[in-house]
Amino acid sequence: MEKNLYRFIVKHSLKQQVIIVLLSVLSFVPYYYYLSMPKAIVNQGIEGKDIEFPVDLFGLGWFRLDHTEYLMVLCIGFLGLVLVQQGFKYAINFFQGVAGERMLRRLRYDLYAQILRFPIPTFRRTSQGEIIPMVIAEVEPIGGFIGESFALPIFQGGMLLVIFTFLLIQNPLMALAAVALYPIQFYFVPRMQAKVRALGRERIKNQRRLSDRIGETVSGIVELHTHDASNRLLAEFTRRLGVSYRIRVEIFQRKFMIKFLNNFIQQLGPFFFYSIGGYLAIKGSLDVGTVVAAVNAHKEMAAPWKELLNHYQTREDVKQKYDQVISQFEPPGMRAPDDQHIEPETPVDLGGEIKLIGVALHDDQGQTVLDNLNLTLPWPARVAVIGSGGDDLLQLLARTNMPSRGKITINGKNIADLPETVTGRRLAYVSSASYIFNATLGENLFFGLRHRPLKPLQRDPQAQQRYEREYREALAAGNSPHDPDADWTDYAAAGAEDQKSILGAAIAALQAASFDEDVFQLGMRGTIDPNTNPELVEKVLSARRAFRDRLADDALADLVESWDPERYNNNATVAENLMFGTARNGIYHEDNLAHDPHILQVLDAVGLRKRFLEIGYDVASTMVELFADLPPDHEFFQQFSFISSDDLPDYKDLLMRAKPDALDHLSAQDKARLMSLPFKLVLARHRLGHFDEAERQAILKARKIFAETLPEDRRDAIAFFDPEHFTVSSSIVDNILFGRISYGQAQAQEKIGRVMADVVEQLKLREPIIAVGFQYEVGIGGARLSAAQRQKLAIARALMKRPDWLMLSEATAPMDPRSHAAVLHSIVEQCKDRGLVWLLQRPVDCEHFDLVLVIENGVVVQSGHYADLCERGGRFKELLAQA
Amino acid sequence: MSLNEEVELLRRIPLFAKIEPSKLKLLAFTSQRLTYKPGDVLFRQGDPGDAAFVIIGGEADVTVDTPGGPLTVARLKQNDFVGEIAILCDVPRTATVAAATEVTTLRIEKDLFFRLITDFPQIAIEIMRVLAQRLERTTADLRALSAQIKD
Repeated sequence: MEKNLYRFIVKHSLKQQVIIVLLSVLSFVPYYYYLSMPKAIVNQGIEGKDIEFPVDLFGLGWFRLDHTEYLMVLCIGFLGLVLVQQGFKYAINFFQGVAGERMLRRLRYDLYAQILRFPIPTFRRTSQGEIIPMVIAEVEPIGGFIGESFALPIFQGGMLLVIFTFLLIQNPLMALAAVALYPIQFYFVPRMQAKVRALGRERIKNQRRLSDRIGETVSGIVELHTHDASNRLLAEFTRRLGVSYRIRVEIFQRKFMIKFLNNFIQQLGPFFFYSIGGYLAIKGSLDVGTVVAAVNAHKEMAAPWKELLNHYQTREDVKQKYDQVISQFEPPGMRAPDDQHIEPETPVDLGGEIKLIGVALHDDQGQTVLDNLNLTLPWPARVAVIGSGGDDLLQLLARTNMPSRGKITINGKNIADLPETVTGRRLAYVSSASYIFNATLGENLFFGLRHRPLKPLQRDPQAQQRYEREYREALAAGNSPHDPDADWTDYAAAGAEDQKSILGAAIAALQAASFDEDVFQLGMRGTIDPNTNPELVEKVLSARRAFRDRLADDALADLVESWDPERYNNNATVAENLMFGTARNGIYHEDNLAHDPHILQVLDAVGLRKRFLEIGYDVASTMVELFADLPPDHEFFQQFSFISSDDLPDYKDLLMRAKPDALDHLSAQDKARLMSLPFKLVLARHRLGHFDEAERQAILKARKIFAETLPEDRRDAIAFFDPEHFTVSSSIVDNILFGRISYGQAQAQEKIGRVMADVVEQLKLREPIIAVGFQYEVGIGGARLSAAQRQKLAIARALMKRPDWLMLSEATAPMDPRSHAAVLHSIVEQCKDRGLVWLLQRPVDCEHFDLVLVIENGVVVQSGHYADLCERGGRFKELLAQA
Repeated sequence: MSLNEEVELLRRIPLFAKIEPSKLKLLAFTSQRLTYKPGDVLFRQGDPGDAAFVIIGGEADVTVDTPGGPLTVARLKQNDFVGEIAILCDVPRTATVAAATEVTTLRIEKDLFFRLITDFPQIAIEIMRVLAQRLERTTADLRALSAQIKD
């Protein structure tokens, strides 16, 4: 990156700067006329001085104008000049804005690219809270400044010069007097400003620490709660805010003092003009007009002078910020940019033995972590590593860290010289707490296959045009030329040809990581869009039929009460029975029904509104009766009550207010509260004895009316149940089940689960449903997965790209022993013809590996086959005995 | 069956006879009424115990695994109470209970069961009585058995 701000500006925006400066200079012409016009209008147009009417405008005898006409022409001319001058201003502002924003974009991009190239140990010292504000907030003013960096001083300086020249011609003495105090200002103000800037720097540092603190609070929120640390954190935060406040107050003090001095010096001018000029005028050596002219000229000069001074100050400020940010973004040991961007000319194969020659690693404090390692790992080999320092070794092998001394070669190539485009594709490393990105599960799984766009996205002409415009602009700002929407997936690297065939490879990877069942379950709970995946929708519908048939065959039909348009479903809520569908957004959410005009209208149509109110009253009474004595945090509230423990007192009050025979007199709010309860009733489960046969029939009638009167703009608010169609936005499992599990049937869940698994297996639905699981959003840092699931995903992600050497650093640590054993077994089996280095916790796990390394205090103390090591005795045997 | 009918039914079970109706209603509301088909297993010997059962209707067999195969030791009928040992002593199920006919049960979760015992000493006494009866019967069986062995 460019060390000097001005060199950065010139290098990347010279053309724009020239255009802006030219425009600024050109704008002087209309400005000059614009300034002289009023004088012409007053003198010639109105007063008619120094002119004879009719006026021959172009001297050709065509336009002969009388006095009034001439005034009008002048006025229109004035208006025209205003337009031209403002037009110039608009163009200059616009170009300045664009140039500035483009440069800001470039700067941010460069900084971000720089972060991607930081050596990994840097991040142990640098926190997110420090980096983020630098890239986002702190560079912001730089962009604003860049636009005007050249134009403003030239424009305002030119203006100052014009006025000064004008003044010089009129009266040299007064002109010199008008600028006499400028040098003083120019000398003192920046010096005073320096202190303000120093404070500003301190303020920025403090703000970084503040955001760092907030970031830490978010990351450590659980620890914070489990240790009741909020008071302490609040106190610390208060202190930081106090520092911010103190700095700000000090800045105010100085800044406004500078302003005060500035204005004072500015006004010293007129003071001298009036006193000295006046004295000279009285003495007769100067006429009064000159004094007045000098005062006016000084006033005119004040604006550009102030602008110049301001610019000078901003410049110092911005330059400093730039230097500060740039120096922060160049930690030692960064790799060259080409390292990540240049494609290797011929594919580099790292499928060969690993050699470590005199490799040593020191940590931040210079302590030895690995000491003079000389090792050869044969190819192909599965190597188990035991002992401390193992992870450091694996990171060196995966080239996520560099040795302090020595050399590592893989297949005869020094990995320090290889670009990331090779190491990042041919090697894989999985730590014990891998990061999962906030995207879908599939995107995370294919993450290691996406290095560069391979197949461009086909867009319609309009979108293509839009994209090309974006693309040109990205290039103009020196940003990435790659299209993020293109297909980046390197199918060949996974041993597949296209999107379809990669599914097989993906499932194999998931199986090796014991993650396939989890993803299948996620897929079952996921949904599909009938428009994009009609095939699968068909299959799910046939699964629905097959499932129903199977239940009937096994005499299990009464375990599920299916959705039947003509029948009331006793195992579903009243709301579901009424709408006969699921709410797709908040409009028809259970809690909103009681005051929804459409629902109320439907209830009125079948005469159930009053009944709902009565039932609501009844349900509320029962709930209050049943739950009143329970402590508010009792689990029954969550499990059984319609009314949360928080709302129970409100309902108690409501029941006191309400009279069972005069419910109509309640307020609208109270009515809605009561009416919201019956919607949640599941007759088979709650058995409160409401909704007799006639009322259930009325609900069925309401069901029809509801569908018929559904407003046009609410079509998307609900997905109706239809035996022949897929219920949109319902999960696959719900679509196969297509009903509710009957209440009170023993082991219904297990029996149904078995039948469903059979049906899915028979119809070969497992794979497509796993593919649906790929759409699952895993949340920030994979928070919607368990720690074990995250590790499984990370291992599958590493397997997807079929690396030559796979490094696993206690990668199964969060898994339960059974999963760990399964993963260990399948991966050792899969890596038979490849390279695998696995740092293990338990020595007994080393049994199936070709080679075992025992590392202690940074040196390999023992190595060999598991059986040999067990026989030979020594460190490994001791470790084995300890475990 | 509505909740009120169920409460009536529970009242007829000696175990719950002395509990006030509102508490019984809570019990009925919060405990699961489950139907088992003939042959369905309520719980298996060796499983961890998580609930007790009151037989509301139908009959169920209690079998114990012996070296000589499963041995049916008792038949449960309406109003019988079963499964309390595992949750009282925190031991695995001591026997297997399977439905002989279609069986309807009231399944009372462990937490609810303890709550009932603490809240209603009558239930505790009733359970003690049932347990004592069983002990008395087992002792009698043992005595008979040892007499046989002596002979």
